[in-house]
Amino acid sequence: MTLAIVQALLSHWRAHWLQLATLLIGIALATGLWSAVQAINAEARASYARANAQLALGQFDELRDPSGPIPLGRYIELRRAGWQVAAVLEGPYRISGRTLRVMGVDMVAYPTLPAMTETEQSATPPDPADVLTAPGRLLASAELAPLLRNQDNLPPVLVTSALPPDLILTDIGVAEDLLNQQGMVSRLIVLPNQPRNLPPLPQIAPELVRVSTSSQIDTAQLTDSFHLNLSAFGLLSFAVGLFIVNGTVGLAFAQRRGMIRTLRALGVPMQRLVWLILTELTLLALIGGIMGLILGFFLAGALLPDVAATLRGLYGAPVTGQLTLQLQWILAGVAMAVLGTLAASGHALWRLARMPLLAGPGVQTWQGNIKARGLAAVVGISMILGGALAYLSVGGLIAGFLLLAGLLTGAALVLPTLLSGALTALSRTATGPVAQWVWADMRAQLPGLSLALMALLLALAANVGVSTMVSSFRLTFVGWLDQRLTSELYLTAQDEDQGREITNWLHPQVVAILPIRNVELSHKTGPLFLYGVVDDPVYRQHWPLISSTPNVWDNVVAGEAVLINEQLARRANLWPGDDLTLTPVHILPIAGVYSDYGNPTGQAIVSMEQLDLIAPGTEARRFGIRLAPENASGMAQALRDRFDLPPRAVVQQAAMKAQSLAVFEKTFVVTSALNVLTLGVAGFAILTSLLTLWTQRLPQIAPVWALGLNRAQLARLELLRSVLLAVLTACLALPLGLVLAWVLLAVINVQAFGWRLPMFLFPWDWLWLALLTLLAALIAAALPALRMLRLPPADLLRVFANER
Amino acid sequence: MNVRTLLVSLLMLCPIQGWAQGFAGLGGSAEGFDIPQAGYAFDFPKDHGPHPGFRIEWWYLTANLTDDKGRDYGIQWTLFRSALKPFEAEGWQSPQIWMGHAAATTPTGHFFAERLSRGGIGQAGVTAQPFEAWIDEWRMAGADMDTLTLTANGNDFGYELSLAAQGPLVFHGDAGYSVKSADGQASFYYSQPFYSVQGVLQLRDGDVQVTGQGWLDREWSSQPLAADQSGWDWFSLSFDDGDKLMAFRLRGGRGDFTSATWINSDGSTEAIPNGSIRLTPLSSDEVAGREVPTQWRVLLADRDIDVEVSAQTPDAWMGTRFEYWEGPVTVTGSHDGVGYLEMTGY
Repeated sequence: MTLAIVQALLSHWRAHWLQLATLLIGIALATGLWSAVQAINAEARASYARANAQLALGQFDELRDPSGPIPLGRYIELRRAGWQVAAVLEGPYRISGRTLRVMGVDMVAYPTLPAMTETEQSATPPDPADVLTAPGRLLASAELAPLLRNQDNLPPVLVTSALPPDLILTDIGVAEDLLNQQGMVSRLIVLPNQPRNLPPLPQIAPELVRVSTSSQIDTAQLTDSFHLNLSAFGLLSFAVGLFIVNGTVGLAFAQRRGMIRTLRALGVPMQRLVWLILTELTLLALIGGIMGLILGFFLAGALLPDVAATLRGLYGAPVTGQLTLQLQWILAGVAMAVLGTLAASGHALWRLARMPLLAGPGVQTWQGNIKARGLAAVVGISMILGGALAYLSVGGLIAGFLLLAGLLTGAALVLPTLLSGALTALSRTATGPVAQWVWADMRAQLPGLSLALMALLLALAANVGVSTMVSSFRLTFVGWLDQRLTSELYLTAQDEDQGREITNWLHPQVVAILPIRNVELSHKTGPLFLYGVVDDPVYRQHWPLISSTPNVWDNVVAGEAVLINEQLARRANLWPGDDLTLTPVHILPIAGVYSDYGNPTGQAIVSMEQLDLIAPGTEARRFGIRLAPENASGMAQALRDRFDLPPRAVVQQAAMKAQSLAVFEKTFVVTSALNVLTLGVAGFAILTSLLTLWTQRLPQIAPVWALGLNRAQLARLELLRSVLLAVLTACLALPLGLVLAWVLLAVINVQAFGWRLPMFLFPWDWLWLALLTLLAALIAAALPALRMLRLPPADLLRVFANER
Repeated sequence: MNVRTLLVSLLMLCPIQGWAQGFAGLGGSAEGFDIPQAGYAFDFPKDHGPHPGFRIEWWYLTANLTDDKGRDYGIQWTLFRSALKPFEAEGWQSPQIWMGHAAATTPTGHFFAERLSRGGIGQAGVTAQPFEAWIDEWRMAGADMDTLTLTANGNDFGYELSLAAQGPLVFHGDAGYSVKSADGQASFYYSQPFYSVQGVLQLRDGDVQVTGQGWLDREWSSQPLAADQSGWDWFSLSFDDGDKLMAFRLRGGRGDFTSATWINSDGSTEAIPNGSIRLTPLSSDEVAGREVPTQWRVLLADRDIDVEVSAQTPDAWMGTRFEYWEGPVTVTGSHDGVGYLEMTGY
């Protein structure tokens, strides 16, 4: 008997193959978008983990000299006093226009370096004599190896998967040559297992500062917000995809009611039917899920390079642009697909199981839905309040996302009640019987459409919110770039001597030369980059201060005060009037806070004289050069020619701006791609919902038709209904989207990046989005309307003839 | 001392453990390195210093100590030199790798530490005159080899001792040319077994004043193990009557190779050839998950020696990069005394 039932059930899909395709596409879309985001996140996290393990970040404390490199002699003195430290020499290294990082480690002192351990466990472990003595060996990722092997002057390369891209790991003896820094050490890693009777650090090396694990940059932590953002988008896409599944399964079950009634009348027990349908759904979910995984894999592969660029640009986080397939990811994706499909079909299945043996199709007990709708509204409002409460009471990034989630889900749940209210209000304006019927009919359809409309609401709100945020950010960022990049040329000399030579040569020819010197200090909230400035009108006029005391520049230039960036201000909760501890002996009052977008670390500005006091000997190799803008190109070329500088050493302001903007645009490529996809999925959800409703429409339309409305009129009304509901939803989505934008700008951004952005409104974008929505609703309604137009009158007549 | 910690020093070439596999089989040629030759005329104090042309070398001090309550202690202080290439260079380019091992053995426990360094940068090294051997803050130094101070620290122990030689240097094998296998692999090997020692052990429960006797081994070579030799048992015994005995057994696939030196209390020696001394395990303990013989019978018929050698603390396991057993022993039987035992390859 089972075989016969299965055949009967499958016959439905044979007859409605388009529906089957829709269902599978729905599952695939939901799984695909979700899995893509998961894959991207997993890949990025794996990259951070590699980098962190390699750099011993987050594992061991470090010793640094705030004023620059540490002489080798200091390292030996520390070791001979018993301190178990390992020397690291690192710096940038340029090959074929690409800037790589060379990290040289005293491999004898730090033998358990993860990348080395991996390499030596390989099938052909390197001879330690080769690694430790000239010419030495370079360790690099597989991606980087070919580039390095093409260089004549480099040692042989060993490939390891334990290294992030753009990093060359080698013994410190090799690094010394590559970086041309003989006898120097960048930092010392404090190894675990120190001996007893260790003399205190200030006794041996008073100039060194111990930087504890907690105050080093942890990329994973830094980028958490970004990944949470992506996850939220993934989840949103998943939810919207499930709306499609819900619509299609509802449609299929409604259409199968007749068959199921027949089967039951023939004696098939309901329980067996339900089990078989469950199995059928699970199989479909598996097929759709696997399709989704394939889609997700390619989608992630397509998006990953941009995500990697974003993460590098925003946080300097090293992420490979290559995706690796993980079993865990496949299993999670399939599980999501199956569970999501069953959850989305649960309601339809439940109703089917409770269907009275003799009940006819199409009778909408919509009065019964009022109670459910009221309950949803109450739940929705409590979710909005709960989210707000969570944010107000707890605060922080997670609470910010709770606020977002509560807002979006709550608004979606309240939507049917709001729409119903709107329709009731509108129905009072109805004058004729047809108009009254149209409004009443729309209200009757609401329960069936509300899930699709919720999907639309979420997609629209996300669209408005995210595009408002991105556009506001762009506007602010461009304005800020104009303020910040004030010099016409930016120059990096090879060394201090050349720097002096260049400034001497330039002086008579330009308006001003602004040295750019900085040193890395540490603050209890993380690394702190301290910059020195000379007094120049350009700073007084243009520097983007968001909060300041009177005479701010006078105080800073006089060496009596410090400026800090917004990130540091928010992280450490320091504002004008507070004191900033630069080193234990250098504490200055804060005179102002400036915006500093796109920079993950804390920053402070003091006068050049103060910088020399705090960190004597800071390199003077970089300069901003101010001159008439029309002379910039000529001067850049003259500088390159005269001082034999590589092209990258002299950068024009315009090029720098273009580069910064390019990084910015890349940052949001993924966001907008997901945005468009979500909207498309929502449109698809409306289509499937309307198709579902269509089967139930005949009994309702037939009497109207019999009363004299022709099919063309009915088809037009069909279109009107869809468009009207979409417009109503869009009207509600707009305020929701703006609230969402505000939360993103004023809550999430502050928590995630450390800066707050002003919000700008873009009404033209909304109009454009509204038009898109109308178009989507029209397209979605076109198919049912077309069917209405072509419906044979006999079908409508049959409604009266049938058992109804 | 002899090939004892040889493998240790070979393995220390491998800052990363797995590299060891590529080196454990080092029994082949000693390309570019100097080879010990019989008839070498030692030149002191120069020969107390390093010989970078040889692949491996060590300064190996052990001491049997007692506190005022008569409790037994032992300490070990070792500096190994291992050359990746047969020369020395300045800075990071130096191919000389140094490794320090230090341990303190008490009646109830065994504490050890390990240090690694490269030559050329000053973090570790040896100078002959005035004598100084150091790695990090560990140090064995003095105006000459006869009077030394000795310090080392781990995270749970430390010691500061002073040593004074009460007798001459002694040379093993053929005037310091010590053969290690039937194939003729050999090393240069001399000792100063006559140190009187006093000082303080810094232990978890506080400082302990100790006195006792110390034994320094100096050995260098380039290719001392035969391919089939898998481990060794090495004894340095000091009898109560002032005589001393150094003996070792190299365990090999083709049979054991033994060698020993009888040292009279006046410093005169007699080399005891392969097969003359019998070293037999009597019982073993489970240490660090392995069966290690901690009680031995040492039989040297020529000298009427028939003694039992027992570990004072069976748990004297050196859990260093290359693991081995090294600890103080008590001698009973035909002669009484104390000494040190080292066992590898278990």
